[in-house]
Amino acid sequence: MTNGDAVATNGARPTLEVRDLIKHFPVRGTRGKVVVQAVSGVSFDLYPGKTLGLVGESGSGKSTVGRCILRLLEPTAGAVRFEGVDVATLSGGDLRHARRRMQIVFQDPYASLDPRMSVASSIKEPMKIHGIGGDLDQKVRDLLALVGLNPEHGNRFPHEFSGGQRQRVGIARAIALEPEMLVLDEPVSALDVSIQAGVVNLLEDLQDRLGLSYLFIAHDLSVVRHISDEIAVMYLGKIVEYGPAEQVYEHPQHPYTQALLSAVPVPEPGIERARSRRMLEGDVPSPVAPPSGCRFRTRCWKAAEVCAHTEPALIDRGSGWPVACHFSGSDGS
Amino acid sequence: MTDLQQPPRETEVATGVSPEGVTSTEALGLTQKPLTPARLAWRRFRRHKLAVVSTIVLLIIVVLCVFAPVFTNYTIHTQIRTNGPDSPLASFLSPRRGHWFGTDEGGYDEWTNVLYGGRISLAVGISVALLSVGFGSVVGVIAGFFGGWVDNLLMRITDLFLAIPLIVILIIGSQLPATQHWARFAMGNAKSLRAVIVILSAFFWMPIARVIRGLVLSIKEKEFIEAATAAGASKSRIMFRHLLPNCSGQIIINATLAVAAAILTESALSFLGYGIDPVVAPTWGNLLAGAQGQIDIAPHLIWFPGIAITLTVLCVNFIGDGLRDALDPKQLSV
Amino acid sequence: MTDALTTFDSDDDSLPRPAAADAPLLDVRDLHVTFKTEDGMVSAVRGVDLHVDPGEVLGIVGESGSGKSVTMLAILGLLPNTATITGSAKFRGDELVGRSTKYLRKIRGGKIGMIFQDPLTALNPVHRVGKQITESIREHHPELSESDAMERAVDLLDSVGIPRPEVRVRQYPHEFSGGMRQRAMIAMMIANDPDVIIADEPTTALDVTIQAQILELIKSVQVRTRSAVVFITHDLGVIARVADRVQVMYAGRAAEIADVETIFHHPTHPYTRGLLESLPATTTRSGRLRPIAGSPPSMLNPPPGCAFHPRCPRAQIDVCAAEQPPLVPRGEPGHLSACYFPIAAPPETEL
Repeated sequence: MTNGDAVATNGARPTLEVRDLIKHFPVRGTRGKVVVQAVSGVSFDLYPGKTLGLVGESGSGKSTVGRCILRLLEPTAGAVRFEGVDVATLSGGDLRHARRRMQIVFQDPYASLDPRMSVASSIKEPMKIHGIGGDLDQKVRDLLALVGLNPEHGNRFPHEFSGGQRQRVGIARAIALEPEMLVLDEPVSALDVSIQAGVVNLLEDLQDRLGLSYLFIAHDLSVVRHISDEIAVMYLGKIVEYGPAEQVYEHPQHPYTQALLSAVPVPEPGIERARSRRMLEGDVPSPVAPPSGCRFRTRCWKAAEVCAHTEPALIDRGSGWPVACHFSGSDGS
Repeated sequence: MTDLQQPPRETEVATGVSPEGVTSTEALGLTQKPLTPARLAWRRFRRHKLAVVSTIVLLIIVVLCVFAPVFTNYTIHTQIRTNGPDSPLASFLSPRRGHWFGTDEGGYDEWTNVLYGGRISLAVGISVALLSVGFGSVVGVIAGFFGGWVDNLLMRITDLFLAIPLIVILIIGSQLPATQHWARFAMGNAKSLRAVIVILSAFFWMPIARVIRGLVLSIKEKEFIEAATAAGASKSRIMFRHLLPNCSGQIIINATLAVAAAILTESALSFLGYGIDPVVAPTWGNLLAGAQGQIDIAPHLIWFPGIAITLTVLCVNFIGDGLRDALDPKQLSV
Repeated sequence: MTDALTTFDSDDDSLPRPAAADAPLLDVRDLHVTFKTEDGMVSAVRGVDLHVDPGEVLGIVGESGSGKSVTMLAILGLLPNTATITGSAKFRGDELVGRSTKYLRKIRGGKIGMIFQDPLTALNPVHRVGKQITESIREHHPELSESDAMERAVDLLDSVGIPRPEVRVRQYPHEFSGGMRQRAMIAMMIANDPDVIIADEPTTALDVTIQAQILELIKSVQVRTRSAVVFITHDLGVIARVADRVQVMYAGRAAEIADVETIFHHPTHPYTRGLLESLPATTTRSGRLRPIAGSPPSMLNPPPGCAFHPRCPRAQIDVCAAEQPPLVPRGEPGHLSACYFPIAAPPETEL
């Protein structure tokens, strides 16, 4: 059973229920066909109006999860239940209908808008695809104003806007269909630091106003902490820790989470230089041949015999939220 | 990178209200009209003096040919005679007043020949370019978008066509309507304008197909394509409203070069006797064919059609160079 | 592990020695860099002063358009021909601006080492890693034989923490992971015992756990070789960790220069403060974030006067838009900022 019980949900049903999601990529390697195990059994819930932060480094599979949920990639196995309906099995008109209710905001403001279409056309397109009637131009103007842009600039082209402004256009396009959920794939990583704050504020405002749920995929832990209600930490295709954001940040249980938090530089010289650090050795193993048992064991300072032959289950081990480690617990340091 | 200035505000609250203090477009430092990709391209094109000059020269050539009756008193059937209706033909006259390009074997005014011949050559060039690039682009975008066996099949067919020696197949193809019904149906009569256009188009589409396929392979991974998919766009919408327009630079460039290539190929075909029938109409190619035997007595009959071909093709190629820079993909399609 | 780093005599007669022991290693005054582009002249660097003392870590922090990378690239002659560089940049008293490519190439990779953000651009993908290191070594020490240089290359790879260096030295860059490539680049750079290491966003493209490793490595290299480091980044957390002194750049000029504690606790320039305030703090869950209004300016048409004034909550147009504010001292030695209405430092309360 997942941890739906650990978080106060006031009885609301989850907007999104992901169960045992698996995505494997067959790839032609140097020695014949190999399989990249990008996502190897991921489960979580997302509640209405809440934000789940999905964090991890390269090879964690977090972006792949986001894309599988929207069927931009086909899941190899597992269920993606959006308001009860398994999106992974839909096709044709049903799929298009489901797509209205979940949208995505991308990382790269320079590649996420069609450079040959005016900004208004890009925002209008989803509405046209779904046959929404009415005065679309007015709707576009309203959306531009909603994201903090000048409504009269709809006829301009993406290259005339700055990165932060383009990102706002991308957000306007994502909410044009009035979805219930947004997948945000590193939405501020490519922006200047002083601009990120504005876009994050916008996302929070929109969430309050429109009741959106967010799956916030990012590697920047400080932004994730700020905006998330819950966080799930991913390593090499699996979730290793999954709990309330504040708690996980204050009392990380899994060694990887501890190392991750330890590695993030804090913009405060007194603290940063005095901190003791949990350093990880080596690089992330290849997702083609993940280590047996616990995938993190090759870099973990607590690794023991059991870690190599028994994969630790993602269960509550006393902290109040699921952790996948045989030796979970606060780091002494 | 130009920057649309949004008025500075202390807080970035999305209130749905227009930000206060938004001033006019000019005050915000924007250009008066939106900077469409077309306008940007034009600006860059203008910087290429050679391309601009070539455009003007080409325009002059086109006007001369299209409005030929304005620029000559004769028709292509008018035979000039030395002195009155029963006198011998005024053949092989050298260039002079009244006959700027002289006359040919049959006493036809060469200036008239070249002007009307230009009509055919340009018509062939443009038609073949449009047809072949149109067809080739569609093949390319389908192959690139679908990948897998579709891509494989289409590209192998493309390779097959590319492997066939061009002149040989054109010669054979141009003869088909004489004996084959289906060829006559598709191409009209042998050695007709339609036949030449069809046969050339059938073998000019391959390069653009490959180019577009390659371009599509890289563009389709871009996030704005994913965004369209996530919004529910159908495959054809993605191919024809997103992918192809972002290839427009390459399409235009290839079309331009196809015009030049088609004119040259038509000239070669006509020169060899397999193009347009000279009895029906003059083309620059068949004018050259007719003149090759008389190089001692009437060299001007080779010069003028030859220069016409060379000048036109040169202009088209320079324009193509200018377009290649003007439509630089890095600027416009990320 | 052999102490491979002090095998070479660092006294190269063709390079000048500093006049005094505490003179700056690198002294840049009024540097200007403009680029000719088809849209017009872009002023990437508009009058930058900076200096680096021996053995210190100078952090240069700025966002896009600040000119932080261009400044360093200009000094080392790594900019394309479309760039015009004026001003002065002295390395150990010797002027670098306007020098020949040959001279600059000798300095680069020799006394001044550079690490870039993307090791793939610095490492040639078609040559083995070992070969690239030995090439760099032999260019500055032609008296060495190929096998000696290769031995040193293996030692270097070992010293930067690459496991099985004797195997790795024969591999190609694409066979290395991102973190390892960065280590290889550091190895290549320290091969010739530099006095100054210029690190241009060396960890930006790396995962955060790998970033931590590389920062440790740079720190240990710096301690071993006693070289100065110029660390260019946009990440204030990294600055807090590695820098002794910080130079904040905005729109091609220095906005504020101070030691690291002062920058974080008593910034006087509104941009510095705005930058700090816009960060979501990692230690507590913050309330609403505070962005800096507006966007970084276009360097094609920078705003008149102080380039930050359109976004500044303290700006007074008649003063701020008239002329660029000069960099002036603010209290503690070494603390300077360029602002007409600086934030007052609170009275010194001793810890």
